Amino acid sequence: MRYLPHTDEEIREMLAVTGHERLSDLFRHVPEKCRFRGEIALPNQLSEWGLLDHFRHLDQSIATTSTRAVLMGAGSYSHYIPEVVPGLVHRSEFVTAYTPYQPEMSQGTLQGIFEYQTLTARLLGMEVANASMYDGASALAEAVLMALRVQRKKNTVAISTAVHPHYRQVVRSYLQASLYTVIELEVGEDGRTDFSPLQGVDDLAAVAVSSPNFFGIIEDLEEAAESIHDAGGLFITCFTEPFAYGLYKNPGQCGADIVCGEGQSFGMPQSFGGPGLGMFACKSSFQRNLPGRLVGQTVDLDGRRGFVLTLATREQHIRREKATSNICSNQGLCAMTAAAYMATLGRTGLKKVARLNFDKAAYLKQKLCDSGAQLLFETAVFNEFALKFPSDFAPVRERLLEKGIIAGLELGNFYPEYKGAYLFCVTETTSKEVLDTVIEEAGK
Amino acid sequence: MTQGPGTSGLILEEPLLWEKGKPGRSAFSMPERDVPETPIPMDLAGDGPDFPDLSEVDVVRHYTRLSTWNFGVDTGMYPLGSCTMKYNPKINEKIASFPGLSSAHPLLEESLCQGNLQILFELQQYLAAITGMDAVSLQPAAGAQGELTGMLIFAAYFRSLGEKRIKILIPDTAHGTNPASAALCGFKPVSLKSGNDGTLDATVVKELMDEETAGIMLTNPNTLGLFEESIREVADLVHAKGGLVYGDGANMNAVMGIVDFKRCGVDVMHLNLHKTFSTPHGGGGPGAGPVCVVEELKRFLPVPRIVEQDGRFVVEHDYPDSIGRLHGFFGNYGVLVRAYCYIRAMGAAHLKKASQLAVLNANYIRQELREALDLAYDKPCMHECVFSDKSLHKYKVSTLDLAKRLIDHGYHPPTIYFPLVVPGAIMIEPTETECREDIDQFIAVVKEIISEAGQDAEMLRQAPARTKLRRLDETLAARKPCLIG
Repeated sequence: MRYLPHTDEEIREMLAVTGHERLSDLFRHVPEKCRFRGEIALPNQLSEWGLLDHFRHLDQSIATTSTRAVLMGAGSYSHYIPEVVPGLVHRSEFVTAYTPYQPEMSQGTLQGIFEYQTLTARLLGMEVANASMYDGASALAEAVLMALRVQRKKNTVAISTAVHPHYRQVVRSYLQASLYTVIELEVGEDGRTDFSPLQGVDDLAAVAVSSPNFFGIIEDLEEAAESIHDAGGLFITCFTEPFAYGLYKNPGQCGADIVCGEGQSFGMPQSFGGPGLGMFACKSSFQRNLPGRLVGQTVDLDGRRGFVLTLATREQHIRREKATSNICSNQGLCAMTAAAYMATLGRTGLKKVARLNFDKAAYLKQKLCDSGAQLLFETAVFNEFALKFPSDFAPVRERLLEKGIIAGLELGNFYPEYKGAYLFCVTETTSKEVLDTVIEEAGK
Repeated sequence: MTQGPGTSGLILEEPLLWEKGKPGRSAFSMPERDVPETPIPMDLAGDGPDFPDLSEVDVVRHYTRLSTWNFGVDTGMYPLGSCTMKYNPKINEKIASFPGLSSAHPLLEESLCQGNLQILFELQQYLAAITGMDAVSLQPAAGAQGELTGMLIFAAYFRSLGEKRIKILIPDTAHGTNPASAALCGFKPVSLKSGNDGTLDATVVKELMDEETAGIMLTNPNTLGLFEESIREVADLVHAKGGLVYGDGANMNAVMGIVDFKRCGVDVMHLNLHKTFSTPHGGGGPGAGPVCVVEELKRFLPVPRIVEQDGRFVVEHDYPDSIGRLHGFFGNYGVLVRAYCYIRAMGAAHLKKASQLAVLNANYIRQELREALDLAYDKPCMHECVFSDKSLHKYKVSTLDLAKRLIDHGYHPPTIYFPLVVPGAIMIEPTETECREDIDQFIAVVKEIISEAGQDAEMLRQAPARTKLRRLDETLAARKPCLIG
């Protein structure tokens, strides 16, 4: 086996040093009643080419290999990934390193993550960002827990129902064994969260809002900040599509206290939902309450600039049960990927690509409305929008599927009240030709 | 020579991203606009972030230079204890990037993603077979999230019985994630002192286990690299009081095909696919921390679950007792694919052989270094061996100095100062993918460093001297945090 370098002779010689006769003798002290009986029930070993064949066969059974376009977002987005991004980040010096515990031999990872933290903070308009969480959903759960730590004695958290349904489920999972109360805020007729119920809540720790929200709607974050702060809560914003901040105001300038979300759009393949990137940022006054790893700037013995993991006394390996989070491994390589992607786009590129997303989505939205579809909400969106059709859209969607186009996500599984409505997403990767095909079929 | 990138030899200098570039440069191949512009609402519009504009070559040089300041398993031996830094097969990276796998949307209808679901379903089966457990969830994105999942299952189980249990037993050798994960679920950790031989004494568990205690979290082999031989007695004691046993599978690499965790009495356990199952660590992640349970606890597993129905693979949500969802979608799918590849490439026999050779390598190092360094516990080890700093005292050098000097010799240092129960711990985990010559050379280098300590201790205290930067001021970093530039 090519991953196991030992020859039989070496094994014999090494066993002679350790004082054993056979490899199995190394396990003499494992009690009989704990032992594995027989052989592990696994399929036969595959050679390297056998493995490739097996996966080529599987790969062909997956629709995306033959699909022209997936007009579906809802937390996972198809953006073009420039070759330089994987080409650089997949260098094995980055890929095969562990967490940078030894800074002198990990400056590549450390500077890369410091740059990621910086670009993330700039993108979101915040003062500090951490080195990543697992994904947008767990980042939101950690943001809620962090707000509860900051707010000490307050026990109620409110979440907008327009936050991605999966994210809300993860928050509930994280909080289920604690005594906190989670309430949900409904959306109004404009698709934006209604904050009026907050007035009656007296131990409000935080409110979480998503912008763009699940329906693609840009929330009025400035007004939200005011309502939430007036009610004594911390303002958490989350997102599934960071590209929106290339076009719209960022959460920081609107008054958010903690900002978190999914960074998959920034250079990561969709990969059936993971690995993505939990982006996490906050005001600097909360930095000692941050979950997860942080890279900080310092100097070496000669006074030269360098980077280290820092503020470790927040973390589980030092603080154990009193840590700010249990997180250890994060999504380091995905954070490097996002930084390389942000660097590749630059400010100019991010703004242009964001604008293209907006314009393409606006084009499809307008044309579908022209042919009789009705928007669920009339408010401004980024690259996603929800609408219903005058007649059943399912057969149209079937016809488009035959043409290799996956046209929108039916909302009934997420919001029973919107059964039959569809959430569309259009990014820079979708051509006008594809959009026109959808428009044509929908108009038939 | 004071100018130019080569002033530090072949280690080239490279500034921070925003110290480079010029506004208007671009490294992105901008797609052509084929739709008209639509006005955006001005009250919501922003200016875009303050990112540098760079050229493609700027970006390529930047990350290529950064990469040369890093050290990975592909560079050299990385005997970081409890982290299982084994070789990460190249073919697995290629397969994970196949278009059907890497560009699949997670909300595709089942009929369009049978291949993706099949991989998940089969991996669940494989991990159940390897551990001896009955059912698996692949959602947790890392070991600590696996632990959290496990502790939520504990809490849900006791809730289903109408019981309130508030404590949990955790040995003092456990990873910090154990108490942190338990605390998130409302369990107060009770620390168990290891016995004189570095393993758990069942009588300690007997004394502390009661009807207010949810159970125990046990890492086996433990972080001293020792097999907890009393695990079955401990499990029986915990079960007798109605408790559950959590197995932290961080050190699974020692026991594949050798230990059956269900037979050990474990009820819930997690695995670290980025350790035992060869997926790369990526400088801190992404990992994957699947959770395995016994039949009785299956109904509490996270949703959605991937099941097989009449030869088709289905995403099933309808489990009313489930603890709920832990990940936005199915977990770190790309990592799961790599682990699947590894298991299929190895097969049952080679997985067992991998564990045997990992244990052989560790015992060999333990034997060869036992004169030079002080063994923390003098008994046969599993996949890692742990030494204390006792033999270094006479040279007035520390574990840290030894570790830093190893860097100059071209090795990633072992895990140091952990587990906490060993003074100045040096925890060496070679893994099975290091060959004998490399291990012999590592042993010779450790011995050489100890002799260097006798001749020139100051050199060790000043190490490393051959890296891009010398020792970094971690106190300054924590006292005056500078987290963004």
